[in-house]
Amino acid sequence: MTTDISKKGPEDTPPSSRPEAIRAIPVRHYGRYVAAVAAIAALGAIVYAFSQGDINWNAIPDNFFDDRILRGVRETLILTALSMLIGVVGGVILSVMRMSRNPVTSSIAWFYIWFFRGTPVLVQLFVWFNLGFVFDYVNLGPVYKDEWSDFMTPFLTALLGLGLNEAAYMAEICRAGLLSVDEGQTEASHALGMSHGKTLRRIVLPQAMRVVVPPTGNEVINMLKTTSLVAAVQYYELLRYAQDIGTSSGATVETLLLAACWYLIMTSILSVGQYYLERYYARGSSRTLPATPFQKIKANMLSLGNRSGVR
Amino acid sequence: MTTAMVKSEGVHKSFGSVEVLKGIDLEVKSGEVFCLIGPSGSGKSTFLRCINHLEKINAGRLYVDGELVGYRQKGDKLYELKDSEVALKRRDIGMVFQRFNLFPHLTAIENVMEAPVQVKGETKSAARERAGQLLERVGLADKAKNYPSQLSGGQQQRVAIARALAMEPKLMLFDEPTSALDPELVGDVLDVMRDLAESGMTMIVVTHEMGFAREVGDSLVFMDEGVVVESGHPREVLTNPRHERTQSFLSKVL
Repeated sequence: MTTDISKKGPEDTPPSSRPEAIRAIPVRHYGRYVAAVAAIAALGAIVYAFSQGDINWNAIPDNFFDDRILRGVRETLILTALSMLIGVVGGVILSVMRMSRNPVTSSIAWFYIWFFRGTPVLVQLFVWFNLGFVFDYVNLGPVYKDEWSDFMTPFLTALLGLGLNEAAYMAEICRAGLLSVDEGQTEASHALGMSHGKTLRRIVLPQAMRVVVPPTGNEVINMLKTTSLVAAVQYYELLRYAQDIGTSSGATVETLLLAACWYLIMTSILSVGQYYLERYYARGSSRTLPATPFQKIKANMLSLGNRSGVR
Repeated sequence: MTTAMVKSEGVHKSFGSVEVLKGIDLEVKSGEVFCLIGPSGSGKSTFLRCINHLEKINAGRLYVDGELVGYRQKGDKLYELKDSEVALKRRDIGMVFQRFNLFPHLTAIENVMEAPVQVKGETKSAARERAGQLLERVGLADKAKNYPSQLSGGQQQRVAIARALAMEPKLMLFDEPTSALDPELVGDVLDVMRDLAESGMTMIVVTHEMGFAREVGDSLVFMDEGVVVESGHPREVLTNPRHERTQSFLSKVL
């Protein structure tokens, strides 16, 4: 810290030492103390209540890696992945339809989004589940024909119910992403002689991704939790298996807490993945990429090490 | 040198009920630097955008290198060109925008490589080598791996010029290329454009840089309210404007 400020100083004052740092008595925030005490008391009360309850805590670790639970986890993950796949593909198609200049396709897309966003997903699941009351068989002419009950398995019910609902939400996310890209980008690309398709694929979509990825990550996490609803249409996933174990072993609350733990683990892993994905699509939009948690920890360790040397 | 690169006959353009171009007649010769000046809202940028069909004209005829822009004439009927045909013609026309419009998700050199690879089907290594040369030509060889957000406005605009040149156009359109720049950065961009002019490129430049127009321009047109008010050699028009509207405009900007 020996910069030569006197050389170019406006006046010829001798280089003074640093000004004296202010030492003042900070304002006391008594309200904060009161709030903290109250919050801790409430937390303590809840912990106390649970400790008094008749909970067999051992049932959680005992069943944590039960075969049925693991199968449930797998089913939940598969259902999440496939429903999101339907949602994303359907969403992209719907958003392009919605933004097209063709009034027929854009109104159909508008109607689809209006309907599927405006009705509860549980109601939609029940409708799919109960369609067997109105259709006896599926007849796609020469291509496919089958009894309805053989065709509409619980898995397909769950998949269609979740996926088609998700498509409506994804459509709006994709549309927002496409609209977020500056029109000048399309113009510059067209001026270079690039076709509509290339412009969309190479220029617009990569930039739209930055806007699309964060809400899509939220949708995946939401979807993972929403899959628990399909327990209501006889599809066996994590919650359903946990409930089964709960009723047969008598540890109802314990197995539900166990399921909650598994959901937490899965959503936590997804959040980490989402963080890195967002970071990837932020390249070019900010001058320096945000540090990854590992880099932050590393930087903190280094600065801790240096701090002793500086003082 | 006497062939017309761009020929405009009675070009009209309206946005809704607002008539922006009210019959533009002009001719840009091959190899010349053609400057368009005029107050904002006079239609000069719109006219420029008509030349590569970013805007459709409502009436008149517009030719680039002897061919109609955006249409094909068979007998006395006009047929609209397909998007792919329009794209094919745009390959030969480079455009530089006021707001640069670099692709922010690509580095400087990737910006320059994008069109040759995607449109002309050049190999990546060949495109990269030529992009490197172009960046060197605009004085930015050391910024090849930087993203646009890491470059100053002047640097971004020079990358944008390199990007347009990568398609080896026969005509370059400049839409107020220095209007969004800090005054001290304008010079670098004008230097690159001056170089380009000396290499014999046909250039149409919408600009407020009267110094550049006087020094580098071969022809100059003053537009106001959608019509050509006055045209001639830049030095002549800028020093001895005949028309009253040209005089009042120049007295404000010079």
